[in-house]
Amino acid sequence: MTISPIVDRRDFLRVIAVAGGGVLFGAYARRLDAAPAGAPLVADPFVPNAFIRIMPDGKVTIIGKNPEGGQGIKTSLPMIIAEELDVDWKMVTVEQAISDQSKYGVQFEGGSLSTPMNYDLMRQIGASARFMLVAAAAKTWGVPDSECTTAHGAVTHAASKRTLPYGKLLATAATITPPEMVPAVNGPPGVSKLALKDPKNFKILGTRVPQVDDKKIVTGKPLFGIDVVVPNMHYAVFEKCAVFGGKVVSANIDRIKAMPGVKAAFVVEGGDALDGLLSGVAIVADSWWHAKTARAQLQITWNEGATAQESSEGYTKRATELSKLPAEKVVRKDGDIDAALKGAAHTAEGAYYYPFISHATLEPQNCTANFKDGKLEIWAPTQMPQPGRQLVSKTMGIAENDITIHLTRIGGGFGRRLKNDYMVEAAWIARQAGLPVKLLWTREDDMHHDHYRQAGYYWLKGGVDAKGALVAWRNHFVMDSVAANQFPARFIPNYQLETSALPHGVPIGALRAPGSNGLAFVIQSFIDELAHAAGKDPLQFRIDLLSQTLVASTGPADARIMDAERMKGVLELVREKSGWGKKKLPKGTGMGVAFHFSHAGYFAEVVQATVSAKGVLKIDKVWVAGDIGRQITNLSGAENQGQGAAIDGISEALGQEITINAGRVVQNNFDSYQLIRMPVAPPVEVHFRLTDNPPTGLGEPALPPVIPALCNAIFEATGKRIRSLPIGTQLNG
Amino acid sequence: MSVSFKVNGKAVTVDAPSDMPLLWVLRDVLDLKGTKFGCGVAQCGACTVHLKGVPVRSCQIPVSSLNGLEITTIEGLSTDGTHPLQIAWQEIDVPQCGYCQAGQIMSAAALLEQKKKPTDADIDQAMGGNICRCATYNRIRKAIHRAADIKNGGASTTAPSGAAK
Repeated sequence: MTISPIVDRRDFLRVIAVAGGGVLFGAYARRLDAAPAGAPLVADPFVPNAFIRIMPDGKVTIIGKNPEGGQGIKTSLPMIIAEELDVDWKMVTVEQAISDQSKYGVQFEGGSLSTPMNYDLMRQIGASARFMLVAAAAKTWGVPDSECTTAHGAVTHAASKRTLPYGKLLATAATITPPEMVPAVNGPPGVSKLALKDPKNFKILGTRVPQVDDKKIVTGKPLFGIDVVVPNMHYAVFEKCAVFGGKVVSANIDRIKAMPGVKAAFVVEGGDALDGLLSGVAIVADSWWHAKTARAQLQITWNEGATAQESSEGYTKRATELSKLPAEKVVRKDGDIDAALKGAAHTAEGAYYYPFISHATLEPQNCTANFKDGKLEIWAPTQMPQPGRQLVSKTMGIAENDITIHLTRIGGGFGRRLKNDYMVEAAWIARQAGLPVKLLWTREDDMHHDHYRQAGYYWLKGGVDAKGALVAWRNHFVMDSVAANQFPARFIPNYQLETSALPHGVPIGALRAPGSNGLAFVIQSFIDELAHAAGKDPLQFRIDLLSQTLVASTGPADARIMDAERMKGVLELVREKSGWGKKKLPKGTGMGVAFHFSHAGYFAEVVQATVSAKGVLKIDKVWVAGDIGRQITNLSGAENQGQGAAIDGISEALGQEITINAGRVVQNNFDSYQLIRMPVAPPVEVHFRLTDNPPTGLGEPALPPVIPALCNAIFEATGKRIRSLPIGTQLNG
Repeated sequence: MSVSFKVNGKAVTVDAPSDMPLLWVLRDVLDLKGTKFGCGVAQCGACTVHLKGVPVRSCQIPVSSLNGLEITTIEGLSTDGTHPLQIAWQEIDVPQCGYCQAGQIMSAAALLEQKKKPTDADIDQAMGGNICRCATYNRIRKAIHRAADIKNGGASTTAPSGAAK
């Protein structure tokens, strides 16, 4: 291996985000740490920015900036860099970034935002390094940059038939001034001065690239938060009140301290925020099994608080009462709903409900923390490291600069790990115990202390005119709030959206396609009811609805408002792919369709389902049609997301329900909280329609439409309308 | 208590509480992190290992019953990640979060020992105890069929590149 000259320590690249509130995004060059004494000499890599290291042998290391929880981002963002850097994917090794906003910019997994927020930026990160390598080759040969081209990790000057691989250009490249870059973090694309590739020439993007961690996953290598080991690590369990927000009054701490293997046991006073550090009892032991065994002997007197009076039954009773009263708030009012309903040729009416559900990530919440000399080091499977750091800093009085957060692979996010309750618990317990600690929740802890998908109650009335056009829609939503522009607002001339609040003590959080995962069920099921009232084909009825004259938007302008033409495009695609209306289906079999716009993604889906005479449901097949813009980053990951989202949605619809009794969750584990399994999971076909729009995310938007598509298929098969989730035993008998 | 048994062909002796499940012996005593904890009550299959070739939930097997037994974990399925299932899983890019996949592969490996060419119904029956929260079931099914082909002499492509550190 050759040794390249020492490169001056300097900033090669400085990126200023002009939009989004003036966040300083410094992508600084960093030399690798100096080799320890006695270590063999290693060649210097070329480090054009915080994301790329190129070695003399041409191997490239690319940093994956965002947390990886199964959405594939640790593979897809580096793919974008590699594409513009113009190296072969087989030359690339991917490394997970630690949490460092000053180096990598905003790092989080959520809202299907990793792709739209980083697509242009990652291209520029790769292109800027390529620019420097091209300039280095041009300088070496004494030719203009413009006469040089790149491919497969090498620069070529065609006229003189000379080629140099990147690995031979490192020292010179390090002397080149990097191009000025203005990334479009929140702003419009195309503000860079760099020449980016014509997408027609993409070699990596749009292909099927397996996840970079696949080999480690299939060979059982440690990757996840739960796998972290640090020197002298101890194990912790933390018992909180089964009633949300309940506080410890007293506990038999002395008894617990005497249990085998226990190193520390103490009461944590905690605060009131349900997503912060709550009151409870911590047990730290030499093994997790010892800690858990000691926990079984815990006797705690709790002050359960007011939430102990609440129950699911009580919420339903209160919601029904509220539905009979004038709504608390009229969120939107177009036309004259009462007159339109009165004048409608056909009307429909329905009360809809969906329950609280749990994220149930298969890796239970956990975190490892070490507090030493005033500094905290954390290893966390978190979707939101920076807010986690802020929570820990604020709760424990430790400066943010004194907290290091390592991002581990996440054993399922789905929005659960947007919260950092487990992180602040681990940090607090480690400091108080004076030991490095891995906190691990049991499955029961996880199910009892989630931040659940909000439940919802809806009372709907709608009407169609003599021609079958949807002319009236009234929705009284009892629980919290809905956006004024939420579909079908704007598409119906007489439209009224009303809400009434139903306050409760259950902690609520975002779950994959938050809001949408419940709303789509209600809206797309009721549209189906109206299609049948009008005597129209449900798919054509939707196309017709999307073609109606638009009512003006109200409220603040929303860049992410639905474009009807793009939605019609995916409806037509799913019509074609599913053979909608062209199949002769046997008795007891039906096809249902639904669409939903969320997270800037357009999805229309068809489900074919069969219900036996005894009420046994079989889901035969699902067709997914999506439009997430002009470019699919990784086709393998995209198809996997589409299939997973559809089956995940079906799982929610079939059996998932969290019920509350006496202020606590009734379900404990996967015996009482049923997730879908192999024999029930249908085959899912995923199709994408490429349109000339910026690439957007895919973690979420494919999920919402599948639930109403399934319920609509059940209606076609049986004539039974599902208005309440989960479907559970509703089809029996 | 002290027990002696074999893990992935190697004799081990561990000293652990008699009721400690094999899962935690593997993970926290022997530092074999491939076997995962998901539920602790034999409902999710993430902790599946082989006991004399039979797939079992390691969260349900106490240390006290381990004497003299032979255990295989995901780490011992092959020496170098070249079991047909491990190849097929990478070829088809099965994982999303990946947390359940070791358990899925161990259940599938036992199936392939029983059935040379498993049908979809065989797969449903063998894999029904393994939850994939990301719902990669379509690809798991495809990868089991593919692994059966590889095992029966079908060509396998080389493992994909772009490995992570």
